[in-house]
Amino acid sequence: MFGYLNHIPGISPNSQQSDLPVLLPYQGHSAGKPEDLRFSRWLASSSPWVLLVIFLLISFYPLAVLAQSKYTLIQAFATLWRWLPFVVGSGFVMNLLISFFTMLFGTVAGVFLGLGQISVVAPVRKFSWFITQLFRNSPWLVLLFIVMLTFPFEIEIGEHIISIPDWMKAVFGLSLPIMANISEVVRGAVQSVPTGQWEASESLAFSRVQTIWKIILPQCFKRMIPPWMNWYAILTMATPLVSLLGVEEIVTLSRQAMEAEDNHPELLIPFFGFALLIFFAYCYPIARWTLKLEERYSVKL
Amino acid sequence: MTTNNWTPEQPIVSLNNVYKSFGELEVLKGISFDVMKGEVICIIGPSGSGKSTLIRCINALNDINSGSIKVHGLEVNDSNLNKLELRKNVGMVFQQYNLFPHKTALENIMMAPELVLKEPKGDVLVKAQALIRKVRLEDKQNNYPAELSGGQQQRVAIARSLAMNPDVMLFDEVTAALDPETVKEVLVTIKELAAEGMTCILVTHEMGFARELADHIYFTDRGIIVEHGPPATFFKEAKDPRTKEFLSQIL
Repeated sequence: MFGYLNHIPGISPNSQQSDLPVLLPYQGHSAGKPEDLRFSRWLASSSPWVLLVIFLLISFYPLAVLAQSKYTLIQAFATLWRWLPFVVGSGFVMNLLISFFTMLFGTVAGVFLGLGQISVVAPVRKFSWFITQLFRNSPWLVLLFIVMLTFPFEIEIGEHIISIPDWMKAVFGLSLPIMANISEVVRGAVQSVPTGQWEASESLAFSRVQTIWKIILPQCFKRMIPPWMNWYAILTMATPLVSLLGVEEIVTLSRQAMEAEDNHPELLIPFFGFALLIFFAYCYPIARWTLKLEERYSVKL
Repeated sequence: MTTNNWTPEQPIVSLNNVYKSFGELEVLKGISFDVMKGEVICIIGPSGSGKSTLIRCINALNDINSGSIKVHGLEVNDSNLNKLELRKNVGMVFQQYNLFPHKTALENIMMAPELVLKEPKGDVLVKAQALIRKVRLEDKQNNYPAELSGGQQQRVAIARSLAMNPDVMLFDEVTAALDPETVKEVLVTIKELAAEGMTCILVTHEMGFARELADHIYFTDRGIIVEHGPPATFFKEAKDPRTKEFLSQIL
């Protein structure tokens, strides 16, 4: 009470309460644009317990209602337990596989597309910019449909016929928006390097290619890691999209399992609740870690 | 250098009627001067008089609009200029040091000879160690730039340029960002360099240093050379009112 009477701006011990903005703790700036990390920030800023409690409330209230029917809660969870090895071993592992390959292809393509955006050759620069904007601003599901429905399911190379599994096509489809977003991450990081570095490198007679690969990129590598991890988490959570196209990942297999168990509505919440939980358990630590790295790299410059 | 129509009797750097503008803003309005091999030239003048632009034009960091800049017989104002060939022979040191922060002091020095001149790694290491001794930082050779003081960073930057065995060194206000105590250690390094016969072109505000070391001083204002001469006459017998005013303010 009356604490404000004793409050001297900038001098009172709790600097958070200072009304002089210059005295507030420095909020580190991340590489790329701040909105790249909006999701991680939101996710990581909530404490694990709060999120868990919300999750439990949401899942158990309807369960309590449903428990009054004949198919009991315990039976539903027993069913889930029986199907768990299948749902995780064949389903979630497939989600992870898709996320790994997508990130791999998306990153490699994105780095080159991002470098294309800073090319000295104007047509290359404009083309790279166009591709980046196109795939950054398209719905992922639409891209997935286009790739899934237009790509052949097998390729003939001479006498050999190589079949392309559905999940591989899904990887290509998801790689496109990842590529475009990584391209922006690379462009942003490269442009964050002071021009003096370019000039020093030029005046030492480094070629442009040497300047980029030996001087500029090694410096912004660290700065690219947090947004890159953020995109990985977003991608992983988007992988269930491919269930709409029949790829056998966790959501597809959960539905199959429920069908095999006579489609009891009581099964919906345990099964999908489990899917939610396993994604959360995988992505939340990544989000925390991203934030930690971001803080560490923003201080050191 | 590939073009060897240069002989020691000719100026090693020769500017003739150089014009440069950034859009509407005319920065250099007909600059001409010659620098002979082994000479030390100081360019002084008020801020915004085009000194830094002038020095940056010599190694083609800035293009010029008209006129001619010849370095070691190589025409800089030529669209077919091989900039890499030019820059191998012209070292440059910046106000903000611009060391590569992800490399140690020694690695900073070794990078260009290794990657640009393709010299064998063993030779480069020997050369780099000799250079770091020359700037008296052998105990800091494995430190990263962030761990060095401004003056130390600037001396590493000088050693880094020297590792390319340049014919000419350009110094762009290299002491302007340093605190007064460390200015001296950088100036001593440059002085030693000049004593060894290195051709140096300096943009500087260090009048004492210019008076002591320069063979010739050029005073620029608003894009032209207002007055020039050897230090003895320049400081005592300045004729132009602008030079007089500048000197009276700074000395």
